[in-house]
Amino acid sequence: MAVKTATGAPAPLPAGGTGQPAKKGFWAWLNRRLPVDEFITTQMTGYLAPKNFNIWYFFGSLALAVLVLQLLSGIYLTMFYKVGEGTSFDSVEYIMREVDYGWLIRYLHSTGASAFFIVVYLHMYRALLYGSYRAPRELLWLIGMLTYLALMAEAFMGYVLPWGNMSFWGAQVIVNLFGTIPGIGPGLVEWIRGDYGIADATLDRFFALHVALIPLALLLLVVLHLTALHQVGSNNPDGIEIKEKIGPDGKPLDGIPFHPYYTVKDLFGIGVFGVLFAIVVFFVPTLGGLFLESPNFEPANPLSTPEHIAPVWYFTPYYAILRAVPDQRMGALLMLLAVSAFLFLPWLDRSRVKSIRYKGWMSRAALTLFTVSFIALGYLGLQPAEGLYVVLARIFTIIYFLFFILMPFYTWLEPVKPVPERVTYHAH
Amino acid sequence: MRTDPGRGARGRGSDAAARLACSLLAALLAMVLAHQTARAAEEAADGEKAARFGADWRSWHANTDVTDMPSVQRGARNFVSYCLGCHGLKYERWSRLAEDLSIPPDLLQKDLLPPGDKTTDYILTAIPPKDAETWFGKTPPDLTLMARARGRNYLYQFLKTFYLDPSRQTGANNLRLPSTAMPYVLSELEGLKRAVFRDVPSQGEGGQPTHEQVFDHFEIIAPGRLSESEYDGFVRDTVNFLDYVSEPTQAARRALGVWVVLFLLVFTWLAWLVKREYWKDVH
Amino acid sequence: MADHAVVADDEVDLSRRKFLTSATIATGAVGAAFAAVPFIESWNPSERARAEGVPVKLDLTKIDVGQMTVVVWRRSPIYVVRRTPDMVARIPGHDAELKDPASKYSDQPPYAQNTVRSRTEEFLVLVGTCTHLGCLPKQRFAQGELYPSWPGGFFCPCHGSRFDLAGRVFNGSPASVNLRVPPYSYPDPRTLLVGVDEKGSA
Repeated sequence: MAVKTATGAPAPLPAGGTGQPAKKGFWAWLNRRLPVDEFITTQMTGYLAPKNFNIWYFFGSLALAVLVLQLLSGIYLTMFYKVGEGTSFDSVEYIMREVDYGWLIRYLHSTGASAFFIVVYLHMYRALLYGSYRAPRELLWLIGMLTYLALMAEAFMGYVLPWGNMSFWGAQVIVNLFGTIPGIGPGLVEWIRGDYGIADATLDRFFALHVALIPLALLLLVVLHLTALHQVGSNNPDGIEIKEKIGPDGKPLDGIPFHPYYTVKDLFGIGVFGVLFAIVVFFVPTLGGLFLESPNFEPANPLSTPEHIAPVWYFTPYYAILRAVPDQRMGALLMLLAVSAFLFLPWLDRSRVKSIRYKGWMSRAALTLFTVSFIALGYLGLQPAEGLYVVLARIFTIIYFLFFILMPFYTWLEPVKPVPERVTYHAH
Repeated sequence: MRTDPGRGARGRGSDAAARLACSLLAALLAMVLAHQTARAAEEAADGEKAARFGADWRSWHANTDVTDMPSVQRGARNFVSYCLGCHGLKYERWSRLAEDLSIPPDLLQKDLLPPGDKTTDYILTAIPPKDAETWFGKTPPDLTLMARARGRNYLYQFLKTFYLDPSRQTGANNLRLPSTAMPYVLSELEGLKRAVFRDVPSQGEGGQPTHEQVFDHFEIIAPGRLSESEYDGFVRDTVNFLDYVSEPTQAARRALGVWVVLFLLVFTWLAWLVKREYWKDVH
Repeated sequence: MADHAVVADDEVDLSRRKFLTSATIATGAVGAAFAAVPFIESWNPSERARAEGVPVKLDLTKIDVGQMTVVVWRRSPIYVVRRTPDMVARIPGHDAELKDPASKYSDQPPYAQNTVRSRTEEFLVLVGTCTHLGCLPKQRFAQGELYPSWPGGFFCPCHGSRFDLAGRVFNGSPASVNLRVPPYSYPDPRTLLVGVDEKGSA
């Protein structure tokens, strides 16, 4: 039926009107009123992506899949959850026990939150590996970072909602951090809380922000992110621009239509992810206390602090940095800098090449050290802040910052390898 | 121009992945080694303690199996007889308990359901919380989620490390939860035991050498109605029951999970075939 | 264009491609349908709703003769009327004015498909929800209370539906069927149990 062009994509359907079979007529009617065909042919079949995407390129579509999952499971939870100091905790148990399949919806959402960060961290790591934050993709990177920040706020507030003891004390610690801001700090903390301590007012407003405001912001940011991506085109593991090698038809020689090639590949990726995700949801939903922390199975108690207050695993690297500094104000500042350091990457990286494949040994060493530090800090953030752990946290914090601070120097000075002319694909 | 003809796209792509994997392993290894080294010294000293009863209490594991229905049923009976007097299970309904544990309605009515309660009522304790606070200093906590909040091993160790302590108002203390407000409720079944401490040198606050009392072993004063292994079975059944009640849907969860994972494996296999088929086009 | 990334090979097996794609899409659709089940099922009445919907007991000796009591069962008002012999006598005799005098189109258990629409003459048990749009009909038991030939019954203030002392709907009412009768039984002569009958618990 469909004619294939040299690029293998189906040709656009004719804009028919009367005298056509019903479907074509409907299609024509629709396309006069909404740019459906145009969207498909420019953004899907007509968007050419480099043919050499590897495993690191799955995580963007996976992030989108998890977003949809969180929206769906989250909205359903909202139908049964009752926000309020006296009712939140009980309503979560009501969902777990008395709503048909409520337990499943809850576990989808709690596992989805952790899965979101696993996927997003790997997605960001790809950018670090291949220089996807370099020009002309700086804005794409910044929008992504804003999305990451919004995601962190969303996760933090979401964690408060069950009103378990860790919900309460986690909120207490993090909101108190704002008190370190000179001058306005204490007033700001009270304004955020809406009370003299973490209370019903705090819970209510976090609920509104978590359910309505930030999801809208996330959706907007994701749309902007994809728009910015399509504007400049995707990077690839070799870090060279496929748009620089154009064929006689005006299209990049090494680009392949996103649909069907990457839709089909991403579908497979979602399948693999789904298997792992389902194993966690159905067999180890708490993941030994990493995904659902034990203290949160006790109701919030302002008079009883849990033995170890630790945020959920995806915040622990920054938490470790916060605690590494003996001074609370400096610790908070350093933690803020640690997160925002990523924003400067497009301008810190002065290498002549984009991808780690062609950078020199200094960049490779730096990235390796940074990776080890990030993971180590994550582990340390889960441990009590005493003895050897404190020393290690300080060492790794220094390495973490050196990665960024020294980057303009080692990327500029190091000899790099010659980049290939063309990207290559080998069937695997 | 490629300068390294020996490394194909596969070598490239997995190069970064291998790098990440190595970093991960390195970091993990470093952490684990540090942790283990710190504990090795402690455990070396512990090794010779096993011979003395209770010396190894920290390594006691509940080893319960929540799919063992008779055990959970016995645990339910144990709970109603010995715990419900002070501790509630306010998130669990009697009817849910009967359904999950296959308890016939007449047995539920006769042996378990408190008089006046409906089968759809939540399992509440009769003790007035204010009175309990007066008598014990603390309201006995609801136990529905305790197995998830503290873990099975904690509960197991808690129920097995009570000992006589005349210095306390309840006359008893506990190793797992020192200064617990709970009295030695199960002494009727377990018997009575006391704890023997020994002096060990330690670091005081400020660094000066001092000494402290460290638990050494238990001594049995009087036997209870149950033998040691019978009491152990009693505790394990009760912990098993608390495990069930903390998440009644866990059996259904695991059962459904098998089908879901199988289905997803089939789907993923099909998706892989489609991907491979289309990607024949790509060179 | 030997240099192009995508070359539609001569050996492209279109039918294999179509088959695999269809198989995958079909499997995916089945998966999606199964995945929808928990979300749809979660809207069922929860354990709490089911627990609160348990049968309701009523002590019949507490109702005065000629009076009506209302209890709530499954969020519906249940009217329990202790009819006097005079009220029972006013039930037959106006079948021509009724839309469904034999309760052929109305909703009641088999033991209530009779003239008095109840198990016994004395007690009438109805769901006190107008079968038009759901308001609570008001009792108008006295003869002639609404108009001279009014035999007694119920009047719905929302849109004017009228029902007799057996809950049967009058012609000219917006409602089209008689007031519903819930499942009920008498475990003993003094007690009414709404929600349980021969079929078991509703």
